[in-house]
Amino acid sequence: MADLFEMNNFLFLMGGFKVTLEIGFFSIIFSVVLGTLIGIVRYLKLPLLAQLGGLYVDIVRNIPCLLCVLIARFMTPLPPTMSGILAMSVFTGAIMAEIVRGGINSVPKGQFEAALSQGMNKWQIVYHIILPQAYRNIIPPMVSQFTTVIKDSSFVWAVGTEELTGRSMILIGRYSDTSHLFVIMGCVALIYFMLNYSLSLIARWEHRRLIAKSY
Amino acid sequence: MDVNNPFAIYKWQALFDARDIFIDGLTTTLEVVIGALILSIILGIIFGVAGVFPNKIVKVINRVYVEFFQNTPLVIQVIFIYNALPHIHVMMPVLLIGIIGVGLYTGAYMAEAVRGAILSVPRGQVEAAVSQGFNYWQAMWYIVLPQSKKIMLPAMANQAINLVKNTSVLAMIAGGDLMYQADSWSGSNMYYGPAYVVTGACYWIICFALSKYIGKLEKEAEV
Repeated sequence: MADLFEMNNFLFLMGGFKVTLEIGFFSIIFSVVLGTLIGIVRYLKLPLLAQLGGLYVDIVRNIPCLLCVLIARFMTPLPPTMSGILAMSVFTGAIMAEIVRGGINSVPKGQFEAALSQGMNKWQIVYHIILPQAYRNIIPPMVSQFTTVIKDSSFVWAVGTEELTGRSMILIGRYSDTSHLFVIMGCVALIYFMLNYSLSLIARWEHRRLIAKSY
Repeated sequence: MDVNNPFAIYKWQALFDARDIFIDGLTTTLEVVIGALILSIILGIIFGVAGVFPNKIVKVINRVYVEFFQNTPLVIQVIFIYNALPHIHVMMPVLLIGIIGVGLYTGAYMAEAVRGAILSVPRGQVEAAVSQGFNYWQAMWYIVLPQSKKIMLPAMANQAINLVKNTSVLAMIAGGDLMYQADSWSGSNMYYGPAYVVTGACYWIICFALSKYIGKLEKEAEV
């Protein structure tokens, strides 16, 4: 068992964790931006763009993440990590769009009319009035979606991208022992758990803060 | 350049000739969806009720189950069942691994949906039922759960759709499901275009049909 706890193995796994974090970080940013843009064009009912946004959400929300991963890997010329980021961003963007839409819908309609009567144009209203209030309401579901992004990033191992799950599988392949296998899988599960659990705690804490604030 | 066109006609023809492979995969996927859906709903109700149970140990069991399965990847869980359990002589056919793996994972989300819905029913309902001679379980089953249906169903519908999508995890353990067949078929002849379009359409139809069905249940629950 001692041969398992080597610096080399640790660095090998951490290299994979770095890729998981990269994919997670960029996918989260891109999907939030994409989801917000779609949320805005659907809210303002911009012709064509709103329909396209709706179509995108309806299609992507009903297909598996793994399909996005395969398409991004085999049908685009992108390198592995980039294709992973593209797949996760496109897949999560549709879910974020729905979350943002829910947030925007929770802002009372009078807010828009009041701002309009103050002489603001619709872009100013969205930016200064609607989005800040919408975001405040949707931080908890958004953050729990972040944990899903990090978990689902393990799907990119299906196309051979060496993130944390992939690296752990490679490591398991080097040892044939039962105990080694359990220890490696336990460690990897623990790494995911600690990262995601901290994110869930933030989501829950933020949720409680929101409730406390609104009453 | 026909060869460079990912959607060239002859590639669709090849897919049509190999349709049995895809139908086979679709059947496996549907079997896993149905099995895992039933398992996850049962687990969701059990652990959801456990989450509001007036006993600390039961509540802790609910938290451990939910937090563990919600915070670790499904891929790791399924690979664990597939790779690690045979080492301690727990062997299962791949279909059962899919049902148990996806069912356990989604069950954690279902449990949260059920728990949230139960908490939305005013506490007085249980107390009133108990004062009428119901015991705790009868009050839960006849009074609280039916009332929480309206809040529970939309959340469960979301999770049911996630479940359908997540059954594709089987492709990573050679599970013979639709995604696996699409991946291995298109991997061998490089006809990615038609394979992905057809696969996506199949998943889309399953999810769409499921959400329509649950929408109908919601309407019934409102009356």
